[in-house]
Amino acid sequence: MLEIKDLSVSYGGIRAVRSISFDVNDGEICTLIGSNGAGKSTTLKSIIGLVKPESGSIKIDGKEIMGQQTNEIVTEGITLVPEGRHVFPDMSVLENLKIGAYMRTDSLADDIDYVYDLFPRLKERLWQPAGTLSGGEQQMLAVGRALMSKPKIIMMDEPSLGLAPIIVQGIFDIIKEINKQGVTVLLIEQNANMALKIAHSAYVMETGAITLRGTGEELAKNDEIKAAYLGAKIKH
Amino acid sequence: MQKIKLTNKTIFNIACVAIVVILLGYLQATEIENSYAITIIERSCIYAVAAVSMNLMIGFTGQFSLGTAGFMCLGAYITGIFTMPIEIRDQVYYLYGMASFIHNIQVPLVVALLISGVIGAIIAFLIGWPVLRLKSDYLAIANLGFSEIVRAVLGWDGLGKITNASYGLSNIPAFSSIFQAVIICGVCIALMLLMINSSYGRAFKAIRDDDIAAEAMGINLFKIKQLAFVVSSFFATVAGGLMAVFLRSAATSTFTVALTYNILLMVVIGGIGSVSGSVLGAFLITAGQEWLRFLDKEYYIGSFKVPFTRTGFRMVIFSVLLMLFVLFWNKGIMGSKEFSFDWFKNIYKSIKRRIRRKKNV
Repeated sequence: MLEIKDLSVSYGGIRAVRSISFDVNDGEICTLIGSNGAGKSTTLKSIIGLVKPESGSIKIDGKEIMGQQTNEIVTEGITLVPEGRHVFPDMSVLENLKIGAYMRTDSLADDIDYVYDLFPRLKERLWQPAGTLSGGEQQMLAVGRALMSKPKIIMMDEPSLGLAPIIVQGIFDIIKEINKQGVTVLLIEQNANMALKIAHSAYVMETGAITLRGTGEELAKNDEIKAAYLGAKIKH
Repeated sequence: MQKIKLTNKTIFNIACVAIVVILLGYLQATEIENSYAITIIERSCIYAVAAVSMNLMIGFTGQFSLGTAGFMCLGAYITGIFTMPIEIRDQVYYLYGMASFIHNIQVPLVVALLISGVIGAIIAFLIGWPVLRLKSDYLAIANLGFSEIVRAVLGWDGLGKITNASYGLSNIPAFSSIFQAVIICGVCIALMLLMINSSYGRAFKAIRDDDIAAEAMGINLFKIKQLAFVVSSFFATVAGGLMAVFLRSAATSTFTVALTYNILLMVVIGGIGSVSGSVLGAFLITAGQEWLRFLDKEYYIGSFKVPFTRTGFRMVIFSVLLMLFVLFWNKGIMGSKEFSFDWFKNIYKSIKRRIRRKKNV
């Protein structure tokens, strides 16, 4: 459903993404893994329109969205959970959720209940300013906020960043849960181990290019990946 | 038809409004003895509108804009021109002669305020195009510049047939009663409050809190900033018009940068991001400067002259109070909270709880 072809992005003279191509199929969890500066976040930002790509094409359900405004892309059914959560700190939890549905005009009550079912913790903290939540709760809120736009594809930029392992586990369970309910997930992770475990398809990015692709399981078993990202030593 | 529910809260609210109406009615009935109080209330109300409109930009949208005085100046002149009695115009414009195309147009106050608001909004839309691409300090400087340009243009000889240039406008009809002033200001503030509580208001706050995330949510940053600027300028212009009616004159010297800072002070003292805070700030600062007037007199205890108290001393104390305020209460009186009568209930409850706890011990 999401097709990316020959996407290139430059910041000034520096090419952050060099003509990458990949597909995200309907209903799957797709993950992009790679080290710092590989161009993963830039890829997501150019899909949602926060960064203007230099060339290439981004299609959703066959419809070209490259070069469109972010608000138009959001109405096409793509949403981004930004890196570092980026909740609105001085707004209440409820207001944060409502902002997630900013592009919608229909009734929100059902979706708010749906988010509360996923994250009962948020319901307890309805009126609390989002800035006073813990890191894990903020991440929950960021995911819940993204779900409020009723997306077809939810893109997550490092949801495990700066969270305790047990909370990371919880977040990944939620990602699986969301995916089961029919939302396609495009996940960026440095925590390659966790990401590959739940991913249907996976891509490895290095210095702006995709160097490896396969299913999550395949890549998890790949020796190079193990050495580079999973901490195993290559036996010679 | 829907039944109106009479909860305690609605009854309480109606009672509060009734008390305010009775108080104002009393002041109006004893207009001559209480003219001083009426002046303070009217002035505070007008400043409250200006402060809330500034807060809309600074506190809710997070755009540091300092063009309020410019828009107020514009509003004062437009309202002045359209409400001045026709028969007196030749007298006021004795030097330049009033341009014929506006000479015979006189409209009621509310219409004149609307006209000035709309003109202010259009100008805000036009200057917002380049100016709102700037951020923080740069935006403030650009708007300060705009504010001075407005003053210079309105005081320009070339526009003498319209604005009476540096002579300003006078003989603008005053408010018919204190109710007119309070109601117009109340409606303005209520409209801004509605805006803030709508989904647009949420978008304003989202931009203030985190513009990256706001953009990722699909909020068009520029359009929403533009909207906030246009609405804020509309009401700043209306406040300027009210000011002209209150002072019964309009002159460019009233609307200097100092006025912008004065309003900024009300916003900061009241609490950035709180409408009720801005209203409170407007009343406190306007009335505070009056209350401290006793410091301007000279006092003698027997033959001993009390030191320091003399003309101008009130401003010294006022400044010291402001400094203390900013040092120890730097979020303003209200912070970003809104006033609610539930507070009193909560205070009452917590006192009750404390008493009960003491009894148990």
